[in-house]
Amino acid sequence: MEKPVLIRLKGISKSFDGETVLDNIDLDIHDEEFITLLGPSGCGKTTTLRIIGGFETPDSGDVFFEGKRINDLPPYRRQVNTVFQRYALFPHLNVFENIAFGLRIKKLSEKEIRTRVKEMLELVNLRGFEKRHVSTLSGGQQQRVAIARALVNNPKVLLLDEPLAALDLKLRKDMQNELKNIQKKTHITFIYVTHDQEEALTMSDTVVVMAEGRIQQIGSPVDIYNEPVNAFSADFIGESNIIDGVMLEDYKAKFSGKVFDCLDFGFEKNEPVDIVIRPEDVDVVPVERGMLVGKVVNVTFKGVHYEVIVDVDDYKWMIQTTDYVAPEATIGIYIEPDAIHVMKKSKYSSLIGDYSSYSEELERLSDVDEIREEPAEERYAE
Amino acid sequence: MRSNVRYRSLLERAAAAPHMVWSILFIVAPLFFVLYFAITDAEGHITLNNLASLTDYSNIFLLSVSFALIATIICLLIGYPLAYFMSRTGKTTRRVLLLLLMLPMWISLLIRTYSLMALLDNGGLLNSLLVSLGFGRIRIIGTGGAVILGMIYDFLPYMVLPIYTVLTKLDPRYIEAAADLGCNSLQVLGKVIIPLSLPGVISGITMVFVPSISTFYISQKLGGGAFDLIGDTIERQFQHPSTYHTGAAISLVMMILIIISVAIMNRFSDSNSGGFVV
Ligand SMILES: Nc1ncnc2c1ncn2[C@@H]1O[C@H](COP(=O)(O)OP(=O)(O)OP(=O)(O)O)[C@@H](O)[C@H]1O
Ligand SMILES: [Mg+2]
Repeated sequence: MEKPVLIRLKGISKSFDGETVLDNIDLDIHDEEFITLLGPSGCGKTTTLRIIGGFETPDSGDVFFEGKRINDLPPYRRQVNTVFQRYALFPHLNVFENIAFGLRIKKLSEKEIRTRVKEMLELVNLRGFEKRHVSTLSGGQQQRVAIARALVNNPKVLLLDEPLAALDLKLRKDMQNELKNIQKKTHITFIYVTHDQEEALTMSDTVVVMAEGRIQQIGSPVDIYNEPVNAFSADFIGESNIIDGVMLEDYKAKFSGKVFDCLDFGFEKNEPVDIVIRPEDVDVVPVERGMLVGKVVNVTFKGVHYEVIVDVDDYKWMIQTTDYVAPEATIGIYIEPDAIHVMKKSKYSSLIGDYSSYSEELERLSDVDEIREEPAEERYAE
Repeated sequence: MRSNVRYRSLLERAAAAPHMVWSILFIVAPLFFVLYFAITDAEGHITLNNLASLTDYSNIFLLSVSFALIATIICLLIGYPLAYFMSRTGKTTRRVLLLLLMLPMWISLLIRTYSLMALLDNGGLLNSLLVSLGFGRIRIIGTGGAVILGMIYDFLPYMVLPIYTVLTKLDPRYIEAAADLGCNSLQVLGKVIIPLSLPGVISGITMVFVPSISTFYISQKLGGGAFDLIGDTIERQFQHPSTYHTGAAISLVMMILIIISVAIMNRFSDSNSGGFVV
């Protein structure tokens, strides 16, 4: 059963220096939900979080918390704690005092503070670090202190702005599990921001795909992956072949010079559309059985499957298959009707090309690696 | 690589040479003379009499320390809020205030003190104004208050500027983090802003206290000769060769006092956040 709405953003817009950063955002966040804002750098994720935390006021639109409008409520009176994008640990306090900060403001007894900080240190795997000065911690350790500092207050909502960005892959995976477990155990609503689509898909109950200050799609990870609403969503989440096509009539799409059966309907006659086909939904067949015929340009072994780039009439497709295909071979392509996703043209359509310049395109659209500026060296000794 | 390093260190040493010569001529040598005069008598024999005779001056020391302390505390009480306001206000207001604060620093201390005298004198601007408004005259020059006022007037910028610098560099994320963790604005000030601006405060205190305790001009002009501070006493001793030795002894003790107070101040500022204090 769906939990009640805890936070509601209604028609939120925000611009800085005349530049629109958030454009009419509507979002419902349910109690105990793990919701993730996902999108490329600069799309307004942090700004959305800051509006919920009370650090920015929207130019227009309202923020509701448990049904009450909280636009003008200062941050310290909101039942929300934040793990900031760059930690913001207090440099004049040691690890213990950083974590104890919120509890001291609440004037808890020294004994209770001690117990709760200890618990938190255990939770984030920093036992024995109490007396350490925060400037002597590695990036990953600082990040864990930041998580503990927010979590110890037992907030109703925890805002996390790319909390794992500075960690190495192994630690990131561990912390992902850890955070997910914490969330399940504490029933705290998590609003999580990330660039990393895999992180978003594995951790969240709900994913919110954002681009250029607008929400593109809201849905469960499975829905977002299987039913992307537009070419942007499809391209940002996982791999997709996105091809220009025309919807001839209901259930009939034309692309690559051929007419295909599909399950989509409700488009105008001959409406130009984006056709999205996931690489794993494309079958390699002998040429004579192929709906399309192409030439293999490149084959890469990926462990479980091969990633094959096929040139069909100068459009490069990506296909994932478990069967080996030889480079330079001519192959047939077979696509089931339910693998063809027809999408209305959006302004992102023109931005998205085929797989001929695969790596560059990925960087331009997702920037996943750009923010990992801090090398994540971990010191466990001590 | 090696020769490169040696070449550089040679160059560095050459660059430092003028400063070394300067320091030896004008800092180390005078210090040595102060020490020498302080522990010798007129015939050049080593003696502790000069230092022993300083007990006669203990009242002067006490008065100087209390005047300097009061001036420093008032400077801090005025200076911190001013610096805080400047660091948070808009660009234009900030520039104007900064200019107003720096402007007097471009004028010689003597001239500034004189102008303050002209303002506060019995026949000065303030009293003329009071009289023309139908109030009586008030005597300011010649009171202890005038001396302290002079110190505050002359040294306030040295309190404000270091605090202002630290406050403008303070990362707003710390303020946000504190607010996020439940601090209202007063608590943010007490728990985060003030502790993080402590290095500026320490340096401001040092930069006001040290000149206040050693000044001689302010007390002579504004105190109307009624207040003998250490600076005045030292100056008087050095006006006649026969009392050089006492003067040197007083100077030595004062230097030691200043060094001790600066050391105490440095203790307060965190080792990791210091850097301002000399
Ligand atoms: N205080 C501000 N003043 C001016 N521009 C701002 C301000 N805060 C954010 N912006 C701009 O708003 C846009 C969105 O910023 P935001 O920080 O929300 O992006 P983001 O999605 O969190 O990006 P990233 O993933 O890189 O952190 C950016 O173009 C940014 O430059
Ligand atoms: Mg951000």
